[in-house]
Amino acid sequence: MKALDRKLLRDLWHLRGQVLAIAAVIMGGVATMVMSLSTYDSLTTTRDRFYGEYRFAEVFVSLKRAPEPVAERLAALPGVERLETRVRAGVKLEVAGFTDPITGLLLSLPDQGEPLLNALHLRRGRMVQPWSTDEVVLSDTFADAHRFQPGDTLAAIINGKRKQLTVVGVAVSPEYVYQIAPGAMFPDFKRYGVLWMGRNALAAAYDMEGAFNQVSLTLARGAHEQDVIDRVDAVLGAYGGTGAYGRKTQFSNRFLSEELKQLQTTATVFPAIFLGVAAFLLNVVLSRLIALQRDQIAILKAFGYSYAAIGAHYVKLVLLMAVLGVVAGVALGAWFGQGLSNVYMETTFRFPYLDYRLDAGVILIALGISAFAAVSGTLFSVARAVRLPPAEGMRPEMPETYRATLVERIGLQRWFSAPTRMILRHIERRPLKSFLTVLGIACACGLMMVGNYQKGAIDFMVDVQFRQAAREDLALAFIEPTSGRALHELAALPGVDFVEGFRDVPAILRFRHYQHRAALFGIQPEGRLHRSLDSSLQPVAVPPGGVVLTDHLADKILHVKPGDMLTVEVLEGRRPVLQVPVLGITKQFLGVSAYMQQESLNALMREGSTVSGAYLAVQPGSEAELYAKLHERPRVLGMVANKAAIQSFYATIGEFILFYNLVATLLAGAIGFGVVYNSARIALSERGRELASLRVLGFTQGEIAYILLGELALLTLAAIPVGFVVGVGLVGILVVAFQNELYRLPLLLTPENYAMGAAVVIVSALLSALLLWFRLGRLDLVAVLKTRE
Amino acid sequence: MRPAYTHGVYTVSISRGIMNRMPPDPANAIFVARGLTKIYRMGEVAVHALRGIDLILNRGELVVLLGPSGSGKSTLLNILGGLDAPSGGEVRYLDHMLTGASEAELTRFRREHVGFVFQFYNLIPSLTARENVAAVTEISKSPMRPEDALALVGLGSRLDHFPAQLSGGEQQRVAIARAVAKNPAVLLCDEPTGALDSATGVVVLEVLEKVNRELGTLTVLITHNAGIADMADRVIRLSDGRIAEIHANTAKKRASELSW
Ligand SMILES: Nc1ncnc2c1ncn2[C@@H]1O[C@H](COP(=O)(O)OP(=O)(O)OP(=O)(O)O)[C@@H](O)[C@H]1O
Ligand SMILES: [Mg+2]
Repeated sequence: MKALDRKLLRDLWHLRGQVLAIAAVIMGGVATMVMSLSTYDSLTTTRDRFYGEYRFAEVFVSLKRAPEPVAERLAALPGVERLETRVRAGVKLEVAGFTDPITGLLLSLPDQGEPLLNALHLRRGRMVQPWSTDEVVLSDTFADAHRFQPGDTLAAIINGKRKQLTVVGVAVSPEYVYQIAPGAMFPDFKRYGVLWMGRNALAAAYDMEGAFNQVSLTLARGAHEQDVIDRVDAVLGAYGGTGAYGRKTQFSNRFLSEELKQLQTTATVFPAIFLGVAAFLLNVVLSRLIALQRDQIAILKAFGYSYAAIGAHYVKLVLLMAVLGVVAGVALGAWFGQGLSNVYMETTFRFPYLDYRLDAGVILIALGISAFAAVSGTLFSVARAVRLPPAEGMRPEMPETYRATLVERIGLQRWFSAPTRMILRHIERRPLKSFLTVLGIACACGLMMVGNYQKGAIDFMVDVQFRQAAREDLALAFIEPTSGRALHELAALPGVDFVEGFRDVPAILRFRHYQHRAALFGIQPEGRLHRSLDSSLQPVAVPPGGVVLTDHLADKILHVKPGDMLTVEVLEGRRPVLQVPVLGITKQFLGVSAYMQQESLNALMREGSTVSGAYLAVQPGSEAELYAKLHERPRVLGMVANKAAIQSFYATIGEFILFYNLVATLLAGAIGFGVVYNSARIALSERGRELASLRVLGFTQGEIAYILLGELALLTLAAIPVGFVVGVGLVGILVVAFQNELYRLPLLLTPENYAMGAAVVIVSALLSALLLWFRLGRLDLVAVLKTRE
Repeated sequence: MRPAYTHGVYTVSISRGIMNRMPPDPANAIFVARGLTKIYRMGEVAVHALRGIDLILNRGELVVLLGPSGSGKSTLLNILGGLDAPSGGEVRYLDHMLTGASEAELTRFRREHVGFVFQFYNLIPSLTARENVAAVTEISKSPMRPEDALALVGLGSRLDHFPAQLSGGEQQRVAIARAVAKNPAVLLCDEPTGALDSATGVVVLEVLEKVNRELGTLTVLITHNAGIADMADRVIRLSDGRIAEIHANTAKKRASELSW
């Protein structure tokens, strides 16, 4: 081994504490990136494979009812490759021993052969037997939530008629990877399920014999999706079609895409922040480390080593550290990635399998960024050290020029002992270095705040949504639009405190070339239960004659301002196309909506007082009885109970939050400790001689620790408020990056977030201080007298 | 109260004939070392830095330690100053036993009784001359005023200069002022003129001489320079970890008369 390489290994060993701390910083950044990107890759690959293997359709349309021969006309349309018709029925379900309302969706399976499209992946049991009358296959989320096994039974209210069903299998469908009840905010596996049964049996129960009410199709090669949609709509308009839509709008897929997009954002934003901070720290730490080796560089030069050889020596040194960090980061990230993918699989998406992938490209990117950060920091310092003439480099560094600090110059010096002055002057002597240290520590604080931000944000969003805007205990939908008189009957039910009707109309909203498929929601102008909120989250009355749009819908999707005229293409009844003015903007964190006054909407639809559902305030304790009463009413199609929805949401999201908090705490902790410990260790190297001299002069270990740790403490304390600013800034980036149709995050940090940020810094500092204390105990006093530097 | 065995040391030493040149004055003894050995173990190899040193150092003496490089001078000085522990034998400082003392006791010993002067000054760069001295006086019991200590070394007019603004000789004088400001009983100097030219070195030695004379501080001075030995009361010559010779100087010279 060459002497220089031996020096390399010995240096690495000598600096092992710092090497580990630097590697920890790199590990933190790399692990976040690998975790997010590998999860993204895995879920995307899995989705694509699942969609392909199980023939997920490309265009979907629901209609009121069409006789089967219409299917042939549709199949013959240009651009259609494969087409399948189905019967689709919204049902109420009864599960023995479970009193909450359950809504379900029953879909038909062909009685002969495999489904052409949207095939099922059977998890357990078998498919329904041809021509069976009561056999169903359950979606696995619903089956798992209620622990259904093949052979169990449940009942469904189909079209007002109760039908006993036997479970024969449990399956996953590409159409329902993400399952959520219509009108609900979150998935609730216990209270919403998808079921499949034989076409014949379902048609018989739902009065759809020889007819269909749902069509799925795939596109021929080269066909244009919008053209096919237009042709399909032209045919089905006469049969009550509610407008065909592509995969982009298909609910499960849309949510899946949205979630993946978000994951991709996470995979870029988070690692960018983490790796960026890590790179910055690496740069700071390494340049100081190299600066300490100045005399050694001078000696190597005096021996006749070339710049390149010296540069290569130090590059090797830092690359070894970087590689150590990258290897640990990739391992940890892959582990976290598998964990995260599994959390997704258990809580959100149902895929039959998971292709976990860790792309070599991801590893190379991580290695590249880390190596670049490490090497650039090093070369800069090496270049500076190499530029010194050897003689000058070897001479003991001139005692540095210090001066009295500002606080002393303004006359406060008599309050400070010599050690305190040393602290203050040392900080003021190198303002840039002190500033960078503060910034580094602040970054760790900020990262911690970002990592723990979600919980508070979600609490806030849920609070706004359910305690300010949608305050009803129960939302129920009628089978079809109904006279407002139905509300009186509901109000008379036992346990009902208050009833508020609403009218919703499926529609496409258009402005210029922007469009959005949504429902127009007619609510009560001065509603007590369901309200629209202004920008300061105060309830405001919806004005008559126009729509009020969610801020995100208005600004980001439709690009309209109050005063603009919106084109509304109603997808119900006579399907009128209307011009409706935008009258205002409402603040909403979850979902997007278009609100009107119910009366205005009724007028637009040229109908009398008509409602499609109702919001109910329910007396606590009377829920079970009320649910049973409502369940019996044939005109009530589905119900969503808010409290149950929130609870199930928290049960789902809880695992995510736990996971993210754990990961963030671990990574921010690693980075925080890495920075603080390195700063402290470098300070010790820079000042070890000075401190040892003081020890020789009779200072106790505690007294010199005060000088060293006092500086660290001062910088740490200064870093906390800066860290708060960094944290708010990083959360701001996140809020902007994560805006989407399903939710917008509030820029809101709770006291706990700040506390966590401060805690990671303080704990890192205490731990570093402890380690440093032991180092100070081992300070070599004799060596100080012998050597010059 | 002096325990009886100090006399024992004395008797043993006399009988060995090593200390026959030392003034037999146990009442004035500040350091009494007996059978000091120091072995550095580095893996398989053992370096015998000290191989059995018996020595008494008295109040007010100016002692010069001479000897070839590696003979153990610094090792001996460090043990006397409580910076290092011997491998064998024992050292007493007045009635304190230094051997076997805890780290905290040694720290207190250095803090209260010993002044160190190093070859490379070891001033705190972030403190002015006055503050470098104050750093020590702040933690001692009955110190001089830093200004007085600096006046003693002839730097009364450079109080507020930082080390970077002083020459090497001036820095070394600040170091001496820092060492004597706490009124130590002992001043230990390891090659204090090693990094200085002859003229500046003489100035520094004059200061040490003055401190020794005016404050009566026992001063031990390591040097490679036989010429400096002329200013000592006694010259101790070390060789290979043993005392080769102790020589009482009858014709002591003033520092200003020295040159090399
Ligand atoms: N920390 C150590 N580890 C191992 N050996 C040491 C150590 N310190 C000193 N020695 C050895 O002990 C012996 C005496 O060293 P010491 O420093 O006392 O010599 P010295 O007389 O002061 O020499 P110089 O005049 O060169 O300063 C030397 O052989 C040296 O190599
Ligand atoms: Mg020496």
